Amino acid sequence: MNRFEYIRPATIAEAVAAAAAPGAAYLAGGTNLIDLLKGGIVRPERVVDVTRLPGLDAIETLADGSVRIGALVRNADLAHDPDFAHRFPAVVEALLSGASAQLRNAATVGGNLLQRTRCAYFYDVASACNKRTPGAGCAARGGDTRLAAVLGWSEHCIATHPSDFCVPLVALDAVVEIVGTAGSRDVPLESLHRLPGDTPARESVLEPGELIVAVRLPADAASFAAHARYLKLRERTSYAFAVVSAAAALRIEHGAIVAARIALGSVAPKPWRAHAAEAVLTGAHPDRAAFRRAAEAALADATPSGDNGFRIELSRRVVARALARAAAGTPARLPALPASPFAPAPGGLHA
Amino acid sequence: MSLSISLSVNGVAREVALDDPRVTLLDLLRERLDLTGTKKGCDRGQCGACTVLLDGRRINACLALAASCDGAAVLTIEGLAQGDTLHPVQAAFIAHDGLQCGFCTPGQIMSAVGLLREAQTGDDPERVREAMSGNLCRCGAYAGITEAILDAQRQLAAPDHAEAA
Ligand SMILES: Cc1cc2nc3c(=O)[nH]c(=O)nc-3n(C[C@H](O)[C@H](O)[C@H](O)COP(=O)(O)OP(=O)(O)OC[C@H]3O[C@@H](n4cnc5c(N)ncnc54)[C@H](O)[C@@H]3O)c2cc1C
Ligand code: SF4
Ligand code: FES
Ligand code: FES
Repeated sequence: MNRFEYIRPATIAEAVAAAAAPGAAYLAGGTNLIDLLKGGIVRPERVVDVTRLPGLDAIETLADGSVRIGALVRNADLAHDPDFAHRFPAVVEALLSGASAQLRNAATVGGNLLQRTRCAYFYDVASACNKRTPGAGCAARGGDTRLAAVLGWSEHCIATHPSDFCVPLVALDAVVEIVGTAGSRDVPLESLHRLPGDTPARESVLEPGELIVAVRLPADAASFAAHARYLKLRERTSYAFAVVSAAAALRIEHGAIVAARIALGSVAPKPWRAHAAEAVLTGAHPDRAAFRRAAEAALADATPSGDNGFRIELSRRVVARALARAAAGTPARLPALPASPFAPAPGGLHA
Repeated sequence: MSLSISLSVNGVAREVALDDPRVTLLDLLRERLDLTGTKKGCDRGQCGACTVLLDGRRINACLALAASCDGAAVLTIEGLAQGDTLHPVQAAFIAHDGLQCGFCTPGQIMSAVGLLREAQTGDDPERVREAMSGNLCRCGAYAGITEAILDAQRQLAAPDHAEAA
């Protein structure tokens, strides 16, 4: 870890001013930043601790029916808020499928959105990485590409965005509230992360010093609550990042789909909304054939970034299965293994 | 740069002068406060050996900057027993063979105490296992750990049990 200056501002204005300086980084729960600092993957000169900023830890319903989640709300507190869980079950399923109980107690909403990729070469400072060192090259290309992107990638970077939380949020049209030195602005979550192009080190549209203060879900997002699921394929059942994940939300009236929302996780440099797949489902009967057509549409633009063509068909199957689960209805209580494709043996005490 | 922070550690108020802001809560406990019960396994949030309660919630001390914990109350494995009386979770780990080498055990126990406070699992062993997935055990004592937690939960719920921790 490099030595840095530690600052703990008391107001948002102070925080933004302190973080606008070159080489500054915000610290929230620290579960990603401290890890990256320890590995020497990031080397900020100044760490701006936002955890004491007032007014950023509330979950509120606004006059227009939208829900505003403060950037400092801890992942666990959001997941365990009964009213929020009732209205946005897929968001909660995604949250509870991520990391561990300890990490969710520390991780914040803002930090989850801006967590960095888990590309192994990004983490290994001995490997070339355009994200860490612009222009250095990309060791992942031609390397181990099993978990690399199949959508949205460029020849300069094939890394994925690993967040679970972002996947249902982007499906439900979440909006990110940002404050910077020039004032505040709203950015749709779908536009928060940038595609790598030839500048993979620029991961989001945030300007230096810009702070995420809240995430808003529009009033209409709760109308999917009866048919909303998150499905996460992992290499072990819990405490693992996704290989591929999908959020699916449907509004079904008189046996037909009147609105569909679909997004994929861990297959692209950002949470990936599948608009074309949603259009396929509008007006359709919720059955296997329709879900497969939607899955084909969701992956229509996918191309392997290496020896990872299997991820495309895997993603189609995860989308189709997430849709089938959503159509079957949101369970009254989340399953014991949130978002898992596997069902536990009831009452089993297996080791 | 020097920085002074106040913590309550196992109920005792501590003022700590930090000469370096890089110190994690884990290193503060182990290297500066001589509380070595909290273990360092991976130091990267991947094993749970460093689990402590921060203001009553379980977290990984290895990924918490000590400076950022200023003003908080920390409970470690050293603060769990009341004198010679073990906390019910500690006693249950012994009764159910919830350990073998013991390295992961302080983290497992603190995590279990946090889990019981969260009160999300009920008596479903699968939910207990899922809620404990942030604690790895190299010896594979998981079966005993799950049983110990379910047993401790029953004891703590018993009407004659007035428990503070
Ligand atoms: C072992 C392990 C397993 C994990 N498994 C999963 C998983 O399965 N699924 C998953 O989704 N995640 C997983 N995570 C990642 C975890 O969700 C993130 O580390 C966490 O959400 C980050 O939140 P934080 O508050 O700790 O952020 P920090 O570490 O404090 O910050 C993360 C980044 O966001 C920036 N930042 C933070 N807050 C703001 C803000 N308000 N405005 C602007 N910038 C900000 C920081 O500068 C930093 O770059 C895992 C992490 C670990 C260590
Ligand atoms: S894929 Fe992206 S993050 Fe990974 S090594 Fe290449 S440039 Fe770096
Ligand atoms: S030492 Fe903290 S999680 Fe492993
Ligand atoms: S008892 Fe040995 S690691 Fe768990």
